[in-house]
Amino acid sequence: MSSRTDRAAPVVEMYGITVERGGVRVLDDVDLTLHPGEVHAIMGENGAGKSTLIGALTGTVPIVSGDVLVDGAARTPTSVAQSRAEGIATVFQESHLSPHLTVAENVMIGHEVRRWFGIDWAANRERASAALATLGIEDVDPRTPLAALSPATKQLVAVARAIVLEPRVLVLDEPTSSLDAAEAARLLGVVRRLRDQGVAVLFVSHFLEQVFEVSDRMTVLRGGRVVAEYRTAEVERAELISKMIGEDIDALQALHSQRLAHHYAGSGEATLRATSIGRRGSLEPTDVDLARGEVVGFAGLRGSGRTELARLMSGVERADRGELWLDGARVQLRSPGAALRYRIAMSSENVREDGIVAGLTVRENIVLALQALRGWSRPLSRGEQDAVVDTYLDALHLSRDDLDRPAGELSGGTQQKVLVARLLATRPHVLILDEPTRGIDIAAKLDIQRRVARLAGEGVAVVFISSQLEEVVRLSDRIVVLKDREKIGELSNGPGVTVDTIVEMIAADLDELAPGDDDGAGAADGAGGRDVT
Amino acid sequence: MTTVAPRGRAARAQGPGGAPTRGRARGWRIDRRYLPVVGTLVVLALILVVGGARYDNFLSVGVLANLFINNSFLIVLAVGMTFVILTGGIDLSVGAVLALSSVTAAYLLNAGLPAGVVVPLVVLIGSVIGLLIGAMVHVFEVQPFIATLAGMFFARGLCFLIAPESIPITDETFVALAGWDTWVAGQWRVTSSVVIALVVVAVAFYLLHYTQFGRTVYAIGGGEASARLMGLPVTRTKVLVYVISGTCAGLGGLLFAMFSRSGYSLTGVAMELDAIAAVVIGGTILTGGTGFVLGSVLGALVLGLIQTIITFEGTLSSWWTKIVIGGLLLVFVVLQRLLAVRRT
Repeated sequence: MSSRTDRAAPVVEMYGITVERGGVRVLDDVDLTLHPGEVHAIMGENGAGKSTLIGALTGTVPIVSGDVLVDGAARTPTSVAQSRAEGIATVFQESHLSPHLTVAENVMIGHEVRRWFGIDWAANRERASAALATLGIEDVDPRTPLAALSPATKQLVAVARAIVLEPRVLVLDEPTSSLDAAEAARLLGVVRRLRDQGVAVLFVSHFLEQVFEVSDRMTVLRGGRVVAEYRTAEVERAELISKMIGEDIDALQALHSQRLAHHYAGSGEATLRATSIGRRGSLEPTDVDLARGEVVGFAGLRGSGRTELARLMSGVERADRGELWLDGARVQLRSPGAALRYRIAMSSENVREDGIVAGLTVRENIVLALQALRGWSRPLSRGEQDAVVDTYLDALHLSRDDLDRPAGELSGGTQQKVLVARLLATRPHVLILDEPTRGIDIAAKLDIQRRVARLAGEGVAVVFISSQLEEVVRLSDRIVVLKDREKIGELSNGPGVTVDTIVEMIAADLDELAPGDDDGAGAADGAGGRDVT
Repeated sequence: MTTVAPRGRAARAQGPGGAPTRGRARGWRIDRRYLPVVGTLVVLALILVVGGARYDNFLSVGVLANLFINNSFLIVLAVGMTFVILTGGIDLSVGAVLALSSVTAAYLLNAGLPAGVVVPLVVLIGSVIGLLIGAMVHVFEVQPFIATLAGMFFARGLCFLIAPESIPITDETFVALAGWDTWVAGQWRVTSSVVIALVVVAVAFYLLHYTQFGRTVYAIGGGEASARLMGLPVTRTKVLVYVISGTCAGLGGLLFAMFSRSGYSLTGVAMELDAIAAVVIGGTILTGGTGFVLGSVLGALVLGLIQTIITFEGTLSSWWTKIVIGGLLLVFVVLQRLLAVRRT
């Protein structure tokens, strides 16, 4: 259709878009123009209004005022179905697929190939397979129920659903959040190809590098307003980041040097000691010591066993070998609740599924663990609740207005903060944080990292797990490196330790194995196997 | 009896990296989604074998043919209920709607209206009540349990308003329709109600597996918010499942009137629970999203067979039917739970 001129007429124009939620302006007078053959990124921290803007375009969020034009004609977005009919396909941030339907159905439902007798399943499977093949997951059987797939594959199926219609406008909200590097690269390749075919792409991602790699232009949102618009080629990263968080970027550096300055030498007295702890099929026997006031990073690739180790140490999963010693006494953790009674707390990497109770208010979510610890027969009074909640309000930058909102309404970053607040309310001696910064913006990340550093300063033994190794290096006093469900070494952090040190350690270990050994989480995910973590 | 539509081979699709260490290389080739239905089939076969061993004539063609004849209305109710439960809802009104439909049929036929008018009209009564319930569930966001409970009281009340006592049906056309039968393969007696029930099953199967409406029913059961974000017509579908269930109840009332040649306001008390039991025993999960209409048919037949066994036993109280059904329900719900746990 439209030949790729330098600047074709815009396909979508949004002017003065204002959206309110619960009386609060979440989008204020936002303009956005999408041109064919361009990848347009929306940048901003959590709560900046990125997903809301997408909702306004696709009709899932009602607009208070403002105009939406498609091909120059005004219209009111009312539903996803309508926007699809106009050629706007969306991959939403939250999962929007049906677990019980097959992969082919998830890709094709709503626009199935039909013949005189009804849905032609063979034809649908064929079209779905073709779309899956473009995304590099052609080895997924389209007849598999979606529930059997890994999060990464599900995310790619969602993308397949969007591109199978050959849309004119493709909206991608955090499409790479569960993908590994190879999968993400392939997806970005597909995005680029679609752009070259004249598709207008709206791209939202927390991964700065991906945005720089794939986008042509970017709009920066902060607090529901447009604060800047750039051509990607002309923007400095540092400038972009400071626009996004609206405060001094040097804070990041400062935190790092602070950590280095107070670097904890390790008294040698472990508060939590795991000896030969392991579980058949998930972790080889491993020794780990945690000392008070120390941040221990677990570093490793996805599936390396870092999550498994954390789960065994916090009673989420039961070890079938090895022993746990807490302050010199042997303990058995039969459940996370038992661990809490020993003041060992863990936050899961999967906030939405394992952590936050979406239907309870923020206040209730925060006091949940404390209440469980006290026993349900002795409810916390409102006054006690307030005392607990108030302690963490400022520390976590939660707003008082948010307290009585259902936690499910909050952005991912805020939910993560609520979860951390819940754990802190139990005043843990050992705090295990599994990917506390995944999928959240820089400001919130910084906030959580600061918090971790302060906790260690207060004498808590902290375990910090992140797939972003620079974070692990920045925060940890000691780094436990895992690989293939096994601990392969331990580093005392210091000026000489960088991300490369850890990468080399993992890579060196890899070389010792027979080459061609069929490890590699990427292959497993691509084949639709379960996520190993 | 396997379904034709989206046939899967989950076992194969796990792929090479599918965490073999967790011992998932189990030997079965059946798609896990069909397991509950297969379970129902096994139970059905077991009852047949036990019955055949204990009683002479149990495995006769006549007994089996009667199984369909006596349970045709339950099959129709279970089919309608399957749609509702697949979306994650429930319909408690069907027993009362069945009664209302049969009482109305008897009353109007007695009043001299021709069967050609009465038959479509009583089915339509079910559809209208279903539509009202669907609107309540959708527009006012009433819990399906409450909305259909209201529908149940409403329909049952109307029955008594129309006729508190039993009305015999004497209309010639209607009696002829009810009495029509044919013999398949010489010995298998098939009545008009069986034909109607089987047509309903076939239509339901087609709707669920070969139309967008049907797939949307499954998608809603898997998650309503997701279905909305997929751009599926969630609202229309949610209302429509109650219309379908209501229509099936209306049709069930017609079949019951044909079966009993009368209309009585106390028929079908607690029959909605039988229908729900048939659906659950047939492998449909109450939270929605998984299940098959053919499973519900098998479930209805299991209930019917238990009844038959107890009749054959002679000395047993008919309440034993309820006890056995209760036990079966428990077994099936636990079975489903185990399957669901293993899946995660």
